[in-house]
Amino acid sequence: MRNTPKGSIVVKGGLIVDQLGERSSDVVVEEGHIVGVGPDLSGDQVLEAKGCVVAPGFVDLHTHLRQPGMEEAETIESGGWAAVRGGFSAVVAMPNTDPPIDCAAVVQEVLALGAKAPCEVYSSGAITVGRKGEQLAPIAEMAGLGVRLFTDDGNGIQSAGLMRRAMEYAAGLGVLLAQHCEVDSLAEGGHMHEGEWSSQLGIPGVPAEAEELMVMRDIALSRLTGAPVHFQHLSTRGSVAMVRAARQGGVPVTAEAATHHFTLTDEACAGYDPVFKVNPPLRPADDVAAVREGLADGALDAIATDHAPHSLDSKERPFDEAPPGMLGLETALALALSELNLSIQQVVGLLSWQPAAIAGLQNTHGTPIAVGAPANLCVFDPEEIWTVEPDELASRACNTPYAGRQVQGRVRHTLVGGNPVVVNQQMRQ
Amino acid sequence: MRHLLSVDDLSVQDMERVFSLSDHFTEVSQRPIPKVPALRGKTVAMMFFEDSTRTRLSFEAAARRLSADVMCFSVSTSAVSKGESLRDTVATLSAMGTHAMVVRHRSAGVPQQVAAWSDVSVVNAGDGWHEHPTQALLDCYTIRDRLGTVADRHIVILGDVKHSRVARSCVKAFVALDAKVTLVAPATLLPPAVETWPVDVSFELDSVLSDCDVVYGLRVQTERQTQALLPSLREYTAQWGLTVQRANCLGVGALVMHPGPVNRGVEIAPEVLDRPNTVLNEQVRHGVSIRMAVLYLLLGAEGAES
Amino acid sequence: MAERERRRTPPYGGVFVARTRVMQEEDIKRATWRMAHEIMERNHGSDQVVIVGLQTGGVWLAEDIAAVMVEIAGSGCSLPCGTLDVAFYRDDISLRPLLPEAPTHIPVNLDGQVVVIVDDVLYTGRTIRAALDALNSYGRPRAVQLAVMVDRGHRELPIRPDFVGKNLPTRQDEMVNATRQGVDIGEVCK
Repeated sequence: MRNTPKGSIVVKGGLIVDQLGERSSDVVVEEGHIVGVGPDLSGDQVLEAKGCVVAPGFVDLHTHLRQPGMEEAETIESGGWAAVRGGFSAVVAMPNTDPPIDCAAVVQEVLALGAKAPCEVYSSGAITVGRKGEQLAPIAEMAGLGVRLFTDDGNGIQSAGLMRRAMEYAAGLGVLLAQHCEVDSLAEGGHMHEGEWSSQLGIPGVPAEAEELMVMRDIALSRLTGAPVHFQHLSTRGSVAMVRAARQGGVPVTAEAATHHFTLTDEACAGYDPVFKVNPPLRPADDVAAVREGLADGALDAIATDHAPHSLDSKERPFDEAPPGMLGLETALALALSELNLSIQQVVGLLSWQPAAIAGLQNTHGTPIAVGAPANLCVFDPEEIWTVEPDELASRACNTPYAGRQVQGRVRHTLVGGNPVVVNQQMRQ
Repeated sequence: MRHLLSVDDLSVQDMERVFSLSDHFTEVSQRPIPKVPALRGKTVAMMFFEDSTRTRLSFEAAARRLSADVMCFSVSTSAVSKGESLRDTVATLSAMGTHAMVVRHRSAGVPQQVAAWSDVSVVNAGDGWHEHPTQALLDCYTIRDRLGTVADRHIVILGDVKHSRVARSCVKAFVALDAKVTLVAPATLLPPAVETWPVDVSFELDSVLSDCDVVYGLRVQTERQTQALLPSLREYTAQWGLTVQRANCLGVGALVMHPGPVNRGVEIAPEVLDRPNTVLNEQVRHGVSIRMAVLYLLLGAEGAES
Repeated sequence: MAERERRRTPPYGGVFVARTRVMQEEDIKRATWRMAHEIMERNHGSDQVVIVGLQTGGVWLAEDIAAVMVEIAGSGCSLPCGTLDVAFYRDDISLRPLLPEAPTHIPVNLDGQVVVIVDDVLYTGRTIRAALDALNSYGRPRAVQLAVMVDRGHRELPIRPDFVGKNLPTRQDEMVNATRQGVDIGEVCK
């Protein structure tokens, strides 16, 4: 699917936005690389980009592709199509599959399936065997297959001692640990944010402190070990503030925010629709504002989607029995452009070169658009207004919380390794 | 009124209408043949995904006294135990020609989901910690019957408010009818963000007893001990139980209420249960009239308006 | 309450506008007096007779008939007089909003009694059918009789009054309003 096409492709009439700034220019791509950047260029195939932004392809640090084990919700291929329609040229697959990605064999399976996907699929690995938080997984073996990011996502590592050892071990191998911050003994049994709404709705809650305590602990462990740690989907004001302060103090932590944590509040759960159930849960408006501030001032490095497909059946259960998670790949750009008061360059940075650097992909994704760079590109119209229709998404699942919402900004073309996998919003099978 | 999912669905006028209709149904229940043909030909499905003999029997009696046909669905004997999804169960019962579904589920929000999936009237018979609106209506009706009015009464809700659907519904109904509500409980059994509720809160019972018109006790489940919410039921009874001494501090005519079933000697002392101002049996009796009124409004008179 | 009131008066319908007065207050009194006598004549006195007025239009007439009967029988006689709201027994519950408006009160067990149902206006007969059903819940009367101030025709059921104040031919689009003060024919203006 990612066979390099014959001949050259020119992206015409767009505005390049990358870490070097903005400039109007055509871009010519051939044999997987950018071969020309400048005015009035030509190629065998033309991708119209008038009025559009030409940006480095996006990188999602947090994608649940569900394969192996939960193919009724998503496959690596269908999730890959969702990614490229959202402008992502690379995604990091989370390890909470069945079986979990906690050994070389499963990594190899994911990478083999990923090779046939329209975007580049990088596998993460579990920190502990079975994501159980008890015994270290073979991190070095998985790192040997190219895994750069390790996480027990869905579970936080409860034991401070184990987390310390894992951080030391990973740092020695040059790989990064990413933490799903949640103290189980506080969060147990909760299904939404604990606060006014959970109180009204009678749904057991998870306090913000369940997340914040683990952020606080892991910052301390990072200071102790000198090892970097990446915080996944931070959702509270306290978490953002602690990360901001830690970075100012020189502690090597990075952090991401999920799209829904800067676009939706816990009030969305009022109708008991499990499509709004997610972990960490949707928070009140003040936390949403704090996440936006964090993305604006650099306390948070990246926007991640936490794309979590679930079958219709599983989202038609009672709220407290339904699994948490929502789709995100195809709506992330539009929501970031519509909801965050940031420049296009800032939004692209949060989606592209900043997460690429965290994932260790800075040489292949999110690179400046220049001759010789790999041709991973996203071309989007920042003005197009469209309505999110669950049935029209490429994902196999349709659990988007934005159904019917009008958003602004839409991907027009995506190139992965020089291959135009999305052209005029259409998937090129 | 199409569904009764929450007390929020009811205006004060709606509640008054339920009460005056209940007056009529109370009279019906006293007839030699306590049955009217009002809902002849209508089918009411009792969907109790969680065991509740009292509420189910009360709704069943209400439906039968209105001459409705009753289909009883219980989880243990149904396809749910074979893995049928909630939505499929709802679709199956709808396809059988049901006109109303009375839903009890251990998860909050299930009646809302059922209402969204089917085109029949849905009555919430208790969902998780969320609401139990007919209980609140019958409690208001009982207070109105005994004290004349709910307005301006001081009602103390005592016990495990956090896990109580009855408390959530009662607070809404009592406040809507202009009563003053004080929650009394150990802090571990109060809901989160209780400061956003339209009530007063006290951690201590004795100081509010002399000043209240109704003490509404809630059931305390034994598993609250294992969740570290209470050191022991003995300590609970000592601090927050309605003992004989505490009941003696109540004003003349103050009512003692409880949604049942009571843990005798834990929430309320056995001697207090036998006093004339303890109105648990009246609550149960009014429950049938109130549920007749609700079913009649949903399926009879009001169904015509849509 | 009589059929026409439910169907067409506020809050469900419009406003009744009287056109012609067909019975004066004195006529009503005389008719009431006559019907009371007829009831006693038919039943050989007032023993085991129970008067039941239909809510709300028939209650005043039931009270007046009962008062006359007591007067005739002598003050020592106690004549049970009750009220009945038939809302829950109607065959048209699902067709339009129907809420009971006044209490039902049957003072005695009806087993073996002669029940005289009293209403102001007899029209389609459906109210009386509902009333017959309702009475069944209170026991098994020896006989049921029907007294109305006005029979305006247009029956939809095989029901016939035993005691009539006045037979009044009407059109279906007309409306009849009967009170202690008089009987009017008129229309409902929306």
